[in-house]
Amino acid sequence: MDKFTIKNMNLYYGKFHALKDVNLSMQENKITAFIGPSGCGKSTLLKSLNRMNDLVEGCKITGDIRLDNEDIYGNMDVNILRKRVGMVFQKANPFPMSVYDNIAYGPRTHGIRKKSELDEIVESSLRDAAIWDELKDRLKKSALGLSGGQQQRLCIARALAVKPEVLLMDEATSALDPISTGKIEELCLKLKDQYTIIMVTHNMQQALRIADYTAFFLLGEMIEYDKTDQIFSNPKEKKTEEYITGRFG
Amino acid sequence: MREYYDLQLNELNNQIIEMGSLVEKSVAYSTKALVECEIEKLEKLPKYEKAVNKKEKEIEGLCVNLIMHNQPVAKDLRFISAALKMVTDIERIGDLAEDIAEIAKLVAAADYKVKADSFSKIANTAVKMVNLGIDAFVARDLELAQKVAEMDNIVDQLFIEVREKLVSGLKTGEFPSEPALDLFLAVKYYERIGDHAVNIAEWVAYSLTGKIENYDDFGIDD
Repeated sequence: MDKFTIKNMNLYYGKFHALKDVNLSMQENKITAFIGPSGCGKSTLLKSLNRMNDLVEGCKITGDIRLDNEDIYGNMDVNILRKRVGMVFQKANPFPMSVYDNIAYGPRTHGIRKKSELDEIVESSLRDAAIWDELKDRLKKSALGLSGGQQQRLCIARALAVKPEVLLMDEATSALDPISTGKIEELCLKLKDQYTIIMVTHNMQQALRIADYTAFFLLGEMIEYDKTDQIFSNPKEKKTEEYITGRFG
Repeated sequence: MREYYDLQLNELNNQIIEMGSLVEKSVAYSTKALVECEIEKLEKLPKYEKAVNKKEKEIEGLCVNLIMHNQPVAKDLRFISAALKMVTDIERIGDLAEDIAEIAKLVAAADYKVKADSFSKIANTAVKMVNLGIDAFVARDLELAQKVAEMDNIVDQLFIEVREKLVSGLKTGEFPSEPALDLFLAVKYYERIGDHAVNIAEWVAYSLTGKIENYDDFGIDD
């Protein structure tokens, strides 16, 4: 089933036409990867999916982006949208507070105050992010003291704490060592049973390892979108072939 | 961009062509020896066989290194994996050429000449299949690869014909039994060479289309 549907979408930063007539449907409980050279628009598209671009001055979007067939640029409350569509960034950005408070932050802003309920959310989120065993004895310690890989998994746990439906990941492992990267990739494969994951990655091997579908972008256009195995074994478009084989871009 | 990688891929291509050419010569010489009793042609065979085995290992090493260093995808991945599979078939054809050469010596010692038309036909068709399979690889020619697969039907048919001739010659006493048995082995080897040539053709097709096909996919009845 399609979770996100994008139709005839164009995005402008002032006069710059950053995304050109994008049409794309992303399936529920699948991992979709966006690949392409720097500046191709893949992160811009990702940010459009939970309206992070609203904060960018001069950003104008036309066309249609639907979450469960509901127009996210229509009447949808942006806070509700961002609760349903969580995001993890390239650089881990834990809040300067304890591990516990990092996870409880989102649920608290959505009105959950009961300690037992928050305890449960903190534990289940950390478990889902495969970091509970490492942090269960350090819940009151500052999140800033964690390693880079732990901080990133903490951020994933924080995103999961508000029970989103979709998880957007913007190069979420690019600053991590291979072991931490491997843990997050494993985590994504585990999480896709419950969530829809959409990721931007520069690591094509990562897309190959975990993404069910891959979209290739170039200069603001979506050149090709297909099953990942198809894209990487026998792409239809010459530009895709040239990019993924490293002969271009 | 990626110049060194492209150079290595080119090197792989050249190595396959070289290995293919060595095997083509082996099969051609052993066939000449068998069909036309040109035993002197066999002198070069051990040298070729040694070179083929060496080449196989070199190509395998090159493929593994290319995969390890470059994590190839798309047509590069198809090309390298096809090369890795093809060398096994090419090497096996070389082995079979050697086996045929051994039979050629036995048959020549028995002063028995192969006269049956269909015998030279199966040998030449199988040799042709090997040539075309390698040519299809060199020229990246899908039609040629498909032709190789089609020719296998002829080889299979000829195998049955030769077998029947040998059996009937044995029954009537026209053929002495020992060389007839040796020759039967030889035709079986040619039939196997045909199968290996088809495998090569299928890997050529895979590297071009991304589809792993077999006989049926070529639209040919098995």
